[in-house]
Amino acid sequence: MASHANALGAPTERREGRAKVTGEALYATEYTPPGCLYAWPVTATVARGRIASLDLDAALALPDVVDVLTPESAPRLAASDDATLAVLQDAKVPHHGWPIAVVIAETIEAARAAAEAVRVTYDTEPHESVLGDDPAAAYRPEEANGGHPAERRRGEPEAAFAAAPVRVDVRYRVPPLHNHPMEPHGATANWHDGRLTVYDSSQGSDTVRSVLAELFGLPEEQVTVISEHVGGGFGSKGTPRPHVVLAAMASVHTGRPVKLTLSRRQLTELVGHRAPTDHRLRLGSDDEGTLASVIHEVTTHTSRVKEFVEQAAVPARVMYGSATSLTDHKVAALDVPTPSWMRAPGEAPGMYALESAVDELAYALDIDPIELRARNEPGQEPDSGLPFSSRHLVECLREGARRFGWADRDARPGIRREGAWLTGTGVASATYPVLVSPSRATVTAHPDGLHVVRVNATDIGTGARTVLAQVAAEALGVDVESVRTEIGSTGLPRAPLAGGSSGTASWGWAVHDASRALAGQLQRHTGPLPPDGLTAAADTKGSADQKSPYARHAFGAHFAEVAVDTDTGEVRVRRLLGVYAVGRVLNARTATSQFIGGMVMGLGMALTERGTVDPASGAFIGSDLAGYHVPAHADVPAIEAHWIDERDEHLNPMGSKGIGEIGIVGTAAAIGNAVHHATGVRFRELPLTPDRVHGGL
Amino acid sequence: MKPVSYLRASSVEEAASAHGGRTEARYLGGGTNLVDLMKLGVERPEVLVDITRLPLDGVREQPDGSVRVGATVRNSDLAAHPLVRERYPVVSQAVLSGASGQLRNMATTGGNLLQRTRCAYFQDLAKACNKRVPGSGCAAVVGVNHDHAVLGHSPHCVATNPSDLCVALAAVDAVVELAGPGGGRTVPVTEFHRLPGDHPELDTVIRPGELITGVLLPPLPRGAVSHYRKVRERASYAFALASVAAVLQLEGGEIRHAAVAFGGLAHRPWRARRTETALLGTRPSQESVARAVEAELAEAVPLRDNAYKVSLARDLATQVLGSLSTTA
Repeated sequence: MASHANALGAPTERREGRAKVTGEALYATEYTPPGCLYAWPVTATVARGRIASLDLDAALALPDVVDVLTPESAPRLAASDDATLAVLQDAKVPHHGWPIAVVIAETIEAARAAAEAVRVTYDTEPHESVLGDDPAAAYRPEEANGGHPAERRRGEPEAAFAAAPVRVDVRYRVPPLHNHPMEPHGATANWHDGRLTVYDSSQGSDTVRSVLAELFGLPEEQVTVISEHVGGGFGSKGTPRPHVVLAAMASVHTGRPVKLTLSRRQLTELVGHRAPTDHRLRLGSDDEGTLASVIHEVTTHTSRVKEFVEQAAVPARVMYGSATSLTDHKVAALDVPTPSWMRAPGEAPGMYALESAVDELAYALDIDPIELRARNEPGQEPDSGLPFSSRHLVECLREGARRFGWADRDARPGIRREGAWLTGTGVASATYPVLVSPSRATVTAHPDGLHVVRVNATDIGTGARTVLAQVAAEALGVDVESVRTEIGSTGLPRAPLAGGSSGTASWGWAVHDASRALAGQLQRHTGPLPPDGLTAAADTKGSADQKSPYARHAFGAHFAEVAVDTDTGEVRVRRLLGVYAVGRVLNARTATSQFIGGMVMGLGMALTERGTVDPASGAFIGSDLAGYHVPAHADVPAIEAHWIDERDEHLNPMGSKGIGEIGIVGTAAAIGNAVHHATGVRFRELPLTPDRVHGGL
Repeated sequence: MKPVSYLRASSVEEAASAHGGRTEARYLGGGTNLVDLMKLGVERPEVLVDITRLPLDGVREQPDGSVRVGATVRNSDLAAHPLVRERYPVVSQAVLSGASGQLRNMATTGGNLLQRTRCAYFQDLAKACNKRVPGSGCAAVVGVNHDHAVLGHSPHCVATNPSDLCVALAAVDAVVELAGPGGGRTVPVTEFHRLPGDHPELDTVIRPGELITGVLLPPLPRGAVSHYRKVRERASYAFALASVAAVLQLEGGEIRHAAVAFGGLAHRPWRARRTETALLGTRPSQESVARAVEAELAEAVPLRDNAYKVSLARDLATQVLGSLSTTA
C-alpha cells in the first residue's frame, strides 16, 4: 500500500465539478417525475391583516389549472416548532409576501398566470415594518440565536466606562441583507403509495425529513428527502422553508408529483434575511490601551411569526480582555418577513461594529490598531473564563501585517491622494465559533479495491464530497481516488446540516471513526473480501456532542486597501487579504474558495448590499438581483487567503475548525477602517454607497 | 398562460404591417428589457414582431460626415465600432458603462432608446404606478425614492430614464429616425423622450406602430472632445445614480461649443442648457465650471431620499467638464 499520509490538506479538485459545468448535476427542481405538476404561490401584498376574500373563479377557469389551495382547502398540518412553516392554515397575514394560496397546474406558465388571476381582498391593520431608532416595542429576549443568553454582564461596565480616561461611544448600523444563493429555493415533491419523496434545495435533508414527517403526520420511514446538489444557501436553506411544505401539500392534495420554485422576489420574503442591527459600542481604556470596559448593545428586528434574534453582541464575549463588560440584545417584533441565518449570523454584523469601534479607539489612543488588539489579548475566554483550545489571533494579525506590508503604513488619515482618489488601508479581526454535531456514517471496502463512504452530508457548493473522501483516505491509508462518497439523501446514515461551519467537522468525525474501524476490520480479516465487502459504521453521538472544557473558536485577520473618489464618493477595494487560524485545513483548494467567497460577501456587505423595506407596503422593494447589488466581478480586487499552521488537539479527529463563515467576518470592518484611513471620515452605516460617502466628505 | 404570436420580419414594411399600430403589439429587438418585463407581467404583448433580421445593422458614414447607426446594431458592436470610438468617444463610453457584456451583446440601439424605467414600483404589479396603470397613483413619490428623479418630475411620476447611451446621444445632438404608417420622420434625441407630466405612461413621442430605424450622429465640431462618466453602486452592472455626458470645443482657451447632459436625474436624458449657456465664450476655471453646473442644478427638486443626487451630479459634472477643458 502506498503512503497516503498527505490525503488531508491536499488541494484535491472538487469531484462534481465536471458534472456541474456540463449540466449533468441535477438540482432539486430539475427532476421531473412522470405526470409532474407545477405550483406557484400567491403571496400577500399587505403587511398585516387577514384575508377577507379569495376569488378563485378566474384562476380556475384558465386552461391547464388543476386546483388552487387556500387556507380553507389546504391539507391541515400538525404543529411544529417553526411557525414560518404553518402556511395556508389560517386567514392571518403576518407580513408582506406571506403565502395565501398556491396554484397547481400542468405547466409552470399556467400556474403563474393563474396565481396572478387570484383575486384577494384583505382586512388590513396598521403595520410597522421599519426598525427605527430606539423602537418603543423593543424588548430583551431570553436568548439570542444560537442559544446565547441575551444579556451578559461582568463587573460594573458603565462605571468603568465613565471612569476610563479614553472612551469611544459610537453607533454602527447594518441594514437588512439577503442571502440570495444562486439556486433559488425549490422542491419537487412526490406523494405516492403512502410515501413522500422530495427533492429539496436544502442544507440538510434529514431535518427536512423530520419536519415534513411531523407536519404531515407520517412516520419518518415513509419520507425520503434528496438534496444531491445545492446551489448555495448561506444559511437560508439550513432548515426547511415554506416552499417545500407547499410543494408537499400540493402533491398530497393532487396525488401527483409537484414542482415549486420560488421566484427571486419571493425568496426575499419567504426564506429569511439578515435582520438589520443597530449597535451602540462603548469602549473605555487606560492611556496605554488596556480595556477597562466593553459595552456592546444591539437592537434588531424579528417578525410576528417567530422570534429570531441576530446574536450580534456575542462575539464581544470572545474577543478582547477587559475588566468589565456588558453585551446585550433587544429585539422589536415588526410586520416584516421572518429573519433567519445568514452567513455568520451574529459575527458578521457584530464584528463589523466591534472592530470598527476598536479602530476608533486605536485612533483615540494613537496606537497602531494591531498593537491595540495585541495588548488586549485575553488569557482565557473573557465571558466564560474557559481556556481557549487554541487562539492565534495575534499571529494572524502579525502574519497578515507582514504579507500586506502594514509596517510601512502611515497611520494619519486623509493624506494619500492620487488625483481625485484618496487611498487608505485598514485591518480588522475575525472570529467564528467551533460548532460540531453528532453524525453517523458507514464506510465499505469492496473486493475490487473501491471504498464507499455513505453519510447524509450536503454539498452546498463547498466540496463536501471531496473532503470526506480525503478524510476516509487518510484514515484508511488508501488512495483518495479509491474512495467514493455518497451524500445528499435521507436514505444514507443520518447526518446534521451544512451550516454553522460545522458540516465537515461533524460528518468528517463520523467518516473518520468508521474508516478507522474499517481499517481495524481489514487488518484482522484474512482471505479475499466477501462480495458485499466489509462495512464499518460509526455514530459520534456521545463524543461529538460532549461539552468541551475549552472555549473553541477560529480566528482571523482581514486587511483591506481602498481608494475613494472624492468627486463621486465611489469606494473601490484594491486589495483584500485574509489570514486565518482554523486548525488543520483539510483541502487547500476548496478552503481557499470558501475564504475568498466569504470575503467577497463581506465586500458586498461593506459597499453594495442593502435590503430596503418599503414602509407603505412592508415589502422588500427592489430586492431582485438587479436592484440588490451583490458584488460584480469588477468590484472584486486582488484577494488573497492564507492560513497559519495551527495544531489543536481539542477539536475532532481531523483537528479542523470550520471555515465556511469566518471569511465574511471582519471584512466589512477592514474595508470601513480603510475608508476612514483614506478619507479621515468615519462612516458608521453600511453599505458605503456613493450617496453616503460623497455626502460625508 | 397568455399565448403570444411571434413573427420575424424581413423588411421594415413587413414589420410595420405586422405590428399595425396595435396596443398589444411590440417590436422585439434584443429583448433584454422587454422579455424581462414580460416575465414580471408588466408587459403583456400578444404579438411580437422580431426586427433583429431587418437590414438595419450597419454603422456607416454619410456624405455629410455624419454617422448613421442602424436600429438593430448591437450595443457591443456600437461601442466597438472605429467610427464611433474615434469620433464619438462619449457614445462608446456610455454604452460600455451600461449593463453587462452579455446584455450588450444582445441589446440593440433602437431598443436602448426605448428602455423602460427600472423604478421598483413600476416593476411590481402589486404597487401603484401611473406609468404601468394610468390613474393608479405613484407609490414611489411617497415610498423609497432613493434612485428617482430630481429634475422634471411630476406628482404623477418620479421615475428616471435608465439609459446610458441616450445621455450621450443627447449630448451629441443625435437624431432618431422613425418609420411609421404615416411615413418616415426624424426627431432629435433631446425631444424624443418626454417628461412625465400628466401622462407618465408615455416615455417617448413615438407613435403607435412607429419603428426606430436608426440614429444619426451629426459631426461634432472640429477638435471637440467628449466624455461620459457614470456613478453607480457597484463597479459594473448597475444603473446610474447620476451620470454626465459632455462635449466641449475650445478655441484659444475659450469654450466655443458645450453640450452637457445628465443621466439618472430625470425622466429623460437631461440637457443642461443653462450650464451650456453659462460656459459658452468663457475661459473655463474650476469656479466658472462649478457655477455653470450650479445654474442647471438650481432647478432640482429632490425627493425624500435622493437629495444626494444634486450634489453628486454637481461634483461629477464639474469634474468631467474641468478635466475635459484641460484636454480640449
